Amino acid sequence: MIKFKNSEITPENIYKKRRSFIKSIGLSASTLAMSAIPFVNKSLASERDKLTSYKDITTYNNYYEFGTSKSDPHRNSQIFKTTPWDITIEGEVEKPIKLSMEEISEMFISEERIYRLRCVEGWSMVIPWMGFSLSKLLSKVNPTNKAKFVEFESVYDPAQMNGQRYPVLNWPYNEGLRIDEAMHPLTTVVTGLYGKKLPNQNGAPLRIFIPWKYGFKSAKAIVKIKFVENMPTSSWMWASPREYGFYSNVNPNVDHPRWSQATERIIGEGVWAPRVKTLMFNGYGDEVASLYSGMDLKKNY
Amino acid sequence: MRRYYKTLVFFLSLWPLYVISYQIIFNQLGPEPVDRIINYFGEWTLIFILLTLSMTPLKKITKSVEWIKFRRMLGLFTFFYASIHMLSYVGLDYRFDFDPLINDVLKKKFIFIGFSAWLLLIPLAITSSERMVRLLKQNWKKIHRLIYIIGIFGVLHYIWLSKTIFFKPLIFLILLIILLLFRIKITKSASKI
Repeated sequence: MIKFKNSEITPENIYKKRRSFIKSIGLSASTLAMSAIPFVNKSLASERDKLTSYKDITTYNNYYEFGTSKSDPHRNSQIFKTTPWDITIEGEVEKPIKLSMEEISEMFISEERIYRLRCVEGWSMVIPWMGFSLSKLLSKVNPTNKAKFVEFESVYDPAQMNGQRYPVLNWPYNEGLRIDEAMHPLTTVVTGLYGKKLPNQNGAPLRIFIPWKYGFKSAKAIVKIKFVENMPTSSWMWASPREYGFYSNVNPNVDHPRWSQATERIIGEGVWAPRVKTLMFNGYGDEVASLYSGMDLKKNY
Repeated sequence: MRRYYKTLVFFLSLWPLYVISYQIIFNQLGPEPVDRIINYFGEWTLIFILLTLSMTPLKKITKSVEWIKFRRMLGLFTFFYASIHMLSYVGLDYRFDFDPLINDVLKKKFIFIGFSAWLLLIPLAITSSERMVRLLKQNWKKIHRLIYIIGIFGVLHYIWLSKTIFFKPLIFLILLIILLLFRIKITKSASKI
């Protein structure tokens, strides 16, 4: 197993102290982001809202491009090359653009955004991402009036990604959002975590994160963003349409056909820790419920 | 020497228990310890089913009856690990909260089939003694053919709970099919004689 150099990581206790210091003086870029998070400002912040350790976040991953076991991505992604990296924004837009990773880092300032990640498998983590709202990136193009959805395409490189040599999913990984979901301020372009560059196993160099949806909606290592007219078929919908819907909002009342979504396990808790109740929209209902008003979420799972 | 084989197999079969105890004591179960314990015993249950099913083919291949001596013990270890697997799910994960459990068993097909497989193991464990073999005579063989169904249920349980068949569930499926094909061959060649 590859060990992290100690010097590479800000010790978590210092990291957390730094955060509480920033919070106490109350003038940080992240203050705004934090207020968007349902639990940070509440005094009843409980066990479930504690930051997950850097080690767990970076060694327990679902990233089938690098293997189907949770420990595979960390092991198999270390030599993955993320430079040079270009992202195209195309499809139903007036003028498609191509941006390099350097251009993106210059154009947009990443801020800390602490969100809970709820996996469809029934576990959750709390991750201090670094990123910015996807709407900022998308505003660089003008979509035509035909554009209704946004499609995300991840990198296809079987030479570097051993998992892509097998037909586990229909590669490249594909995901999608409705435009209003994509433009929502909580929908984040992620460039880092714990104040550091995004590790390969977490989707470097650039991924999206949608806090109120199951983790698989948040595509990693994105190379193409495409505005489209029709609802895209994501890789998981293609694999099993009955189990994975387009919306895939975290919803404790709608079970996955094979397992219950009513409760979840918190990553990093001990053997004796109980399951906790899953929150509607992963706890982000105040911000996002209006996107789905009038919709039957049992049908639109 | 040969009379120690059984003792040796017995202590080797306890290997999964040594490993998991070590991991529990030294906190090496990883980020999702409960899930790890459940999956760990589930996988070992399947391995023991396959081992149990391997004894008859090994007897045929090596032309040595020696293997059959281990079959009962391996079968009982299957039941042992299956019970720990089931109990860790019921007790550790759901804390004996039976409402969601009953809901799971009835609504989730992978739990239904897994639980059925465990139930089917009970009569096999009960009738495993030498006395029962003598008591049940021809029926004993018939009852113990349930292990084929249990094997199929067990592997289906694994396939259905996995998000993709790649690769472990697929490996178990292939091994089970090979072992079951041996049975067809064996009964066919037996009927020729």
